[in-house]
Amino acid sequence: MSARAEAPRRHRHSAGVQLILDFLNRLPPYRWTQSRLVRWGITGRTAVTAVPYLWLLLFFLVPFIIVLKIAFSEARIGMPPYAPLLTWIDGSVAQVNLQLKNFANMFQDSLYAKAYLNSIKVAAVSTLFCLLIGYPMAYAIARAESKWRHILLMLVILPFWTSFLLRVYAWIGILKNNGLINNFLMWTGLIDEPIVMLQTDFAIYVGIVYSYLPFMILPLYSNLEKMDLTLLEAAADLGARPFKTFMTITLPLSLPGIVAGSMLVFIPAVGEFVIPELLGPSDSLMIGKVLWQVFFTKRDWPAASAVAIALLLLLVIPIVLLQRAQAAEARGAHR
Amino acid sequence: MKQSSTFRLSVLAFGFAFLYIPILSLIVYSFNKSRLVTVWGGFSTQWYGRLLDNRQILDAAWLSVKIAATNATGAVILGTLAGLALARFGRFRGRTLLSGMTTAPLVMPEVITGLSLLMLFVVLDSALKQAFGWNLERGFTTITIAHITLTLAYVTVIVQSRLSSLDDSLEEAAMDLGARPAKIFFVITLPIIAPALVSGWLLAFTISLDDLVITSFVSGPGASTLPMVIFSKVRLGVSPDINALATIIVLLVTLGVIAAGIFMARQEKRRQRDMQMAAAAK
Amino acid sequence: MATNPRPQQQLAVWNDPQAVPYVHIERVTKRFGDFVAVNSVSLKIYKKELFCLLGGSGCGKTTLLRMLAGFEEPTSGKLFIDGVDMTGIPPYERPVNMMFQSYALFPHMTVEQNVAFGLKQDGLPKDEIATRVDDMLKLVRLQQFGKRKPHQLSGGQRQRVALARSLVKRPKLLLLDEPLGALDKKLREHTQFELVNLQEQLGVTFVVVTHDQEEAMTLSSRIGVMNQGEIIQVGTPKDIYEYPSSKFVAEFIGNVNMFEGRLIEDEPDHVRIDSPELGGTIYVDHGVSSAPEAVVSAAIRPEKINISVERPNQTDNVVQGTVKEIAYMGDMSVYLVQLASNKMVRITQPNTYRHAEGSITWDQTVYLSWHPSSPVVLSE
Repeated sequence: MSARAEAPRRHRHSAGVQLILDFLNRLPPYRWTQSRLVRWGITGRTAVTAVPYLWLLLFFLVPFIIVLKIAFSEARIGMPPYAPLLTWIDGSVAQVNLQLKNFANMFQDSLYAKAYLNSIKVAAVSTLFCLLIGYPMAYAIARAESKWRHILLMLVILPFWTSFLLRVYAWIGILKNNGLINNFLMWTGLIDEPIVMLQTDFAIYVGIVYSYLPFMILPLYSNLEKMDLTLLEAAADLGARPFKTFMTITLPLSLPGIVAGSMLVFIPAVGEFVIPELLGPSDSLMIGKVLWQVFFTKRDWPAASAVAIALLLLLVIPIVLLQRAQAAEARGAHR
Repeated sequence: MKQSSTFRLSVLAFGFAFLYIPILSLIVYSFNKSRLVTVWGGFSTQWYGRLLDNRQILDAAWLSVKIAATNATGAVILGTLAGLALARFGRFRGRTLLSGMTTAPLVMPEVITGLSLLMLFVVLDSALKQAFGWNLERGFTTITIAHITLTLAYVTVIVQSRLSSLDDSLEEAAMDLGARPAKIFFVITLPIIAPALVSGWLLAFTISLDDLVITSFVSGPGASTLPMVIFSKVRLGVSPDINALATIIVLLVTLGVIAAGIFMARQEKRRQRDMQMAAAAK
Repeated sequence: MATNPRPQQQLAVWNDPQAVPYVHIERVTKRFGDFVAVNSVSLKIYKKELFCLLGGSGCGKTTLLRMLAGFEEPTSGKLFIDGVDMTGIPPYERPVNMMFQSYALFPHMTVEQNVAFGLKQDGLPKDEIATRVDDMLKLVRLQQFGKRKPHQLSGGQRQRVALARSLVKRPKLLLLDEPLGALDKKLREHTQFELVNLQEQLGVTFVVVTHDQEEAMTLSSRIGVMNQGEIIQVGTPKDIYEYPSSKFVAEFIGNVNMFEGRLIEDEPDHVRIDSPELGGTIYVDHGVSSAPEAVVSAAIRPEKINISVERPNQTDNVVQGTVKEIAYMGDMSVYLVQLASNKMVRITQPNTYRHAEGSITWDQTVYLSWHPSSPVVLSE
């Protein structure tokens, strides 16, 4: 193919360019490089792939390896504030200084364990509420008239485009003691004393559900929207009432969407820092917040790295679930 | 039938109220005269004036916009290459790793990404110092690199899904007619995926503009982005000039989304008209 | 309007004025916005019939079927099934089951679970469900496939699962939407006969929607031809083919040659039509009630025209032409013959022995003739 395409291309060069090219082609180094490149399989394709590949290797994969390394190092005072894993003695023998202390520490200090469990609890409960609010919304949008669907979907996505930080901030004004809700309830006379909502776990739940609701709605919508409606008619035809049809057909078929949406909420919620920091109690134990504090306040890099590795291990199962669900969705689309 | 449609309407009403009342409350109270954000003290635009006098916020906003624009451009270039490789090059060696590395940042908790990138920059810094005596200043460059790594994942997903939904016979036809791969890309593929690239750019821009956690890790002294400034102010409690800032951002985003929506609708209409004309000409 | 008398048939149920229809559609209209999908349709379908609704796409046949199933409510008019007014009765309470064009098999359930679904809704005991599912799968020859999921089956097997699922509840009325549409030609022919056998065996009333006239002819006891939301003609396959009531029906079912002309003789026992298009007269051996001198069309089926090299010994119903096309189809040959008026006439002749088609060749002058009983006189 390349030979055939080469011929007309050459004609397009002006005579001068042609001369230079011919000259270059005769130069041994040029020809050597060219043939070498081809022999190594370096083509346009390789170049296209290599650029993002190298970027991600350097800035995504390598950092994890460094974090892993630091997690096994000993903290020390200085810059960088950790001891090297390998120390060269006499320039030939390497002394390995592998520390499991940081991980051991996490087991001994009950603060970490509490933060862990609490993060899972908060993320799980928030995910459940996201599902309870998001499923009916996704369902209602998917079954709306087609001309409305795009607008409704746009309305779901729109808040996502405005600043996450400012949307969390908005809840401070709503939840605080002299905030919107308390002012309203006092005005109606339902309560005399403001209900403390800000800086409680409740506020964290509200913040997470609010911020991550679109992540739940979108995969659910795309699942429900492409569902074959004749299946529901078939169920009705065979005698199933609407609720039964929903439970036996719609719900099981939307399971991949439920899993994908839930994981998209659960995974970032586990490591959430901003929401517990701004809305939660000052002593709220969330693993993301603990990592932040260990790193920025205690300046203990190895401990922070160990927390990061532990958090990552916690997320392996949800990430696998997410990928399975997404693969199932992709298969469903082709069937 | 009637019953279920009222149910659906109330679900949507409740859901959208939940999504939009906080944002509306931000806007309303930005026009509040009182310093106490949630006590109404009359209409005023004074907080907008204050905002324009606040050098710290303006500097931070300018830095954020510069970073966001550089990041979006870089992410679109790298993301397009990655999307192209994943969607068009079949099964090549290392494809799974590339695919994993492009999607992982989408779900990775930001504290992890931020921490690990900072660790890399520290190591790089000392390596560069030893080798060339260079200093890797933490600030604009490191923040941009971190943001590109995060947002290129979004662009890759968008480009990849656009390309996969696209029939590759167009490209094959161009190849059959003697065009070389690079030429095909610029003449055929790029114009077709241009809308995807525009939305990818905008998405990368907004995510970068909004990011707090990763930025806080990789930024250095003297480089404070807008979210960092907002965060340090908000930590101390509500303040009306933040409401004013939020209102301006919401306004810009809404205008942007509406403009993009109109643009897309026009494109779609034109495409349909062209197709109808093509069908009529047959 | 021209009416052609037809020989009196043996007394079928639909000709019995005393018979009570099982399905009674009474001036049913369905509008979607401005679009009238079904326009004032009235129809009576009797027990154990296999009734086909036949028409092109968008003629309203599927909408009519969906109204019987309960997925759409008529805008006006009423539907009765077994004497019960179906207005406002949801699909899950109707004594009707449907087989969907797409089969609509539940992808997350096995074949057995699919078939058992309807029985479970009725709250039948577990062992009874199991036996009935077993029997049904045996009936459609799918016993070994009970544990498979729909995507592990071939198209023909899926079709049989869908059929089993809709029959297992023993409905009095089964609605079938293009039941064979997704199968390839060979399988379709085979399945047609299976379907008819099953229907006779179980004694269920079938209403089938199809766009395939051949399918309608093979399957049905009666056919209702639909066009633009209206029922144009109802009758047995033979009625519809031999005595179409309009040009639309004549042209929709099979091939037909249409000659326009003027009635020049209109007697009770015969008519004569002068057709300039034909370049001759057409003698029809039965009377039609029509206005004298009316412009009518004579429809003659291709297989009812005889083609010969010698001029046959008759004065009426004969015309000369030139052979323009010959298509050898194996079982028969199709000839296109051009008349003096440039009109093309289509003739089919069975190849009753080898090389039967051999004597006639391209550009040959031939004579076309037909029996006086063959033409059908149509005025609309």
